[in-house]
Amino acid sequence: MNISARLAWRNLWRHSRRTWLTVGAMVFCNALLVFLIAVQLDSYRMMIDNTLGAFTGHLQVQRAGYHEDQRMQQTVPAVAALADKVRRQPGVSAAAGRAMAYALASSEQRSFGILVTGVQPDAEPSVSTYPGLVSAGRYLDGSEAAEIVIGAVLARNLKLGLGDELTFLGSGRDGGIAAGVATVVGIVDSGIAEVDRGVAQIPLGYFQQTFFMGDSGHSVVARVDELDHTDAVVASLRRQLAADSELVVLDWDTLQPGLREAIQTDMISAWFMYAVLIVLVALSVLNTQLMSVLERTREFGVMLALGMRPGRLGRLVMLETLLMATLGLALGALVGAAVVYYFSVFGFSYPGMAEAAAKFNLPPRLYPQVSALAVFWGPVTVFAGALLASLYPALKLLRMEPVAAMRAV
Amino acid sequence: MMLLRAGIGRLAWRNLWRNRRRTLIMLLAVVVGVWAMVFMSAMMRGMVDEMVRNGLDQLPGEVQIHHRDYRDDPSVVNSIAPPAGDLLAALQQPPVSAWSARVRVPAMVSSAHGSRGVTLLGVDPAAERALGSAPRTMVAGRFLDGVDDRGVVLGQRLVERLETGLGKRVVIMSQDPDNNVADRGVRVVGIYSARLPGDEERFVYGGRAAIQELLGIGHQVSEVAVIGDGYRAVAPWAARVAAAAPELEVLSWRQLDPFLDAMLTLQDGFALVFMVVVFQALSFGLVNTLAMAVFERVREIGLMQALGMRPGLVLQQVLLESVFLLGLGLALGNALAWLSIKPLESGIDLSSVARGMEMFAMGSILYPALDWRDMLLSTVVVLGLGLLASLIPAWRAARLDPVRALNSH
Repeated sequence: MNISARLAWRNLWRHSRRTWLTVGAMVFCNALLVFLIAVQLDSYRMMIDNTLGAFTGHLQVQRAGYHEDQRMQQTVPAVAALADKVRRQPGVSAAAGRAMAYALASSEQRSFGILVTGVQPDAEPSVSTYPGLVSAGRYLDGSEAAEIVIGAVLARNLKLGLGDELTFLGSGRDGGIAAGVATVVGIVDSGIAEVDRGVAQIPLGYFQQTFFMGDSGHSVVARVDELDHTDAVVASLRRQLAADSELVVLDWDTLQPGLREAIQTDMISAWFMYAVLIVLVALSVLNTQLMSVLERTREFGVMLALGMRPGRLGRLVMLETLLMATLGLALGALVGAAVVYYFSVFGFSYPGMAEAAAKFNLPPRLYPQVSALAVFWGPVTVFAGALLASLYPALKLLRMEPVAAMRAV
Repeated sequence: MMLLRAGIGRLAWRNLWRNRRRTLIMLLAVVVGVWAMVFMSAMMRGMVDEMVRNGLDQLPGEVQIHHRDYRDDPSVVNSIAPPAGDLLAALQQPPVSAWSARVRVPAMVSSAHGSRGVTLLGVDPAAERALGSAPRTMVAGRFLDGVDDRGVVLGQRLVERLETGLGKRVVIMSQDPDNNVADRGVRVVGIYSARLPGDEERFVYGGRAAIQELLGIGHQVSEVAVIGDGYRAVAPWAARVAAAAPELEVLSWRQLDPFLDAMLTLQDGFALVFMVVVFQALSFGLVNTLAMAVFERVREIGLMQALGMRPGLVLQQVLLESVFLLGLGLALGNALAWLSIKPLESGIDLSSVARGMEMFAMGSILYPALDWRDMLLSTVVVLGLGLLASLIPAWRAARLDPVRALNSH
């Protein structure tokens, strides 16, 4: 330990209560930031995973314009073959072809306008969670049979049970009337009213016959191994499909623009709060360091008179802050990590969270994870803020007049 | 004694400004903290108000009356007679300010280019306007001109999806009570835009009598929407309406939309938590500043005590210093918050994250709502907790031993 460091360390403990209070402010703020950021990161991850995992997937291949207009005629030719091709891409973990049409669904007693989706029964479960949520009966089993899986609310509203027949009436790709009768083989119950009202899936082959689609569909949905790799996979797929200018590869941000924007909106308000906390801690440090400089005016005057360079004195004050901030960083990160660890085991929730969470595809309890990003992001910012705040008292030293300083009260 | 009190006050005020720089820094911290408290609360209040307003628009009404089975099965079968007798009397009594009986059934709308499942609303335009649930902005054409209007009004997004337009014909399909398909070609007489783009695709408006005729339900309606004198206090008059219609289901918006209810309850809790957290970050600096002020004056306090000043007065004096500091900070912080929010009250444009805001059930413009209760709450929190925190240094000052204090240096 060199002489400056030792001097700085000892200076810190001349007023141990004051130092601890300042460190305490940092620890409090750091621990809070670690916890809040961990909860934030976790809820964003869950929001993305749950929203995309439910139905949308990480990327989709569609006919150009389909995403905006969703017209029946904007088809992807040979959709099953394309799904196989996409699935073989490195980085893609699963892919499935789909086709969609609006139709009037009728049972003996009721009629509703619904969105019928044609899916590949063997591939769909790997890109969507709906097949796993079948609560009665079974999911479609790979045939081209006239079978349908519907949501629980839709089933209740149509007054349909397993084995009942559902008639659907819509328009085919050529604009003519398309009609079919399918047997209900499974009922999806997710507990989310919107999903349970909207799900209506039939085998892709049967969809293609009924709606005169030939071998085409409307999209290929794919999941990637890692969310962060989406961009790379999308880029390589785009290169592969460049020959077919009619097709476009859309990433999840394009498919679900609300998701990233909702996260951004939330980030803005979160960062406002973080910034306020950091500014308050920085002011606290500024006050402490300024006081500690002012009360040592005579001492510094003597040191200057003895030949110490003003620059070195400034560095001494910075070093004191650095030591204090390091202490705050280490303790804060430690306490914060411990708090996050506690909640990662026991879960975190507050009254009313369940209602709010359901709106964003979140579970009623969050289990934030301890990660380097969550633990160090906040504390490092506080650390930088503290150093910045001590610049002012340090710079004051550079202009100190030794003679006047020694005479100061 | 009065004189002594006044003297203490003056002493405390002067002491506060003995170290101008320190006090100013601490004051700055309090101002930033208070500003953040009030500013953030106004933003949150604005967001929640907007969510509730949008939610009530969508429901619509603060109280809704339905057939007991309608909410589970929103079919034309579960219609009710229009209000008459006791119910009508209850609806004409203040604080009920407006009500509207509407037909609301699932339907399909088709153009030559496609079809969509929608919610068909058969309304009385005058009553909807009184209720505030008629579309606010007409992009083209007009809204319905009476219950007999045989035209329909579509949302802009739906018009785009169906590739139809003003004056063109679309086909509406629904079912009558005997489960026969009821369909009719109708003309698009108006196109509206909604605060939430999703609504534009969901709701189609038609004249009530015309829709009743289409569905063959005589004068029956699906729901009666009612508003009173403010959404926060609906329970008393909702109960009175319910008593007048024992065979029907009468629910307030809190029961109809638990998410909104949860948000409103959460908001007040969040505001308090945020204020306490910000104050916590402030308190370290506050205690530190006061402790330093006491520490510098140890001899002086000892002298005053030796001259006969009671420990109670010393305590008072330090606490008064704290009150002056906090009070000044509160006044400036609240003034700053008022000044910064006033120009924003006409609305903050967030259209760059509009689709994200829609996930929060909000439009793209945020109207901050400055409420005197938030200002009061911040004052109570800062002064209350501030005095509590100041007790520690004040107590230490009061308990100084005069002899030792006089001999310290």
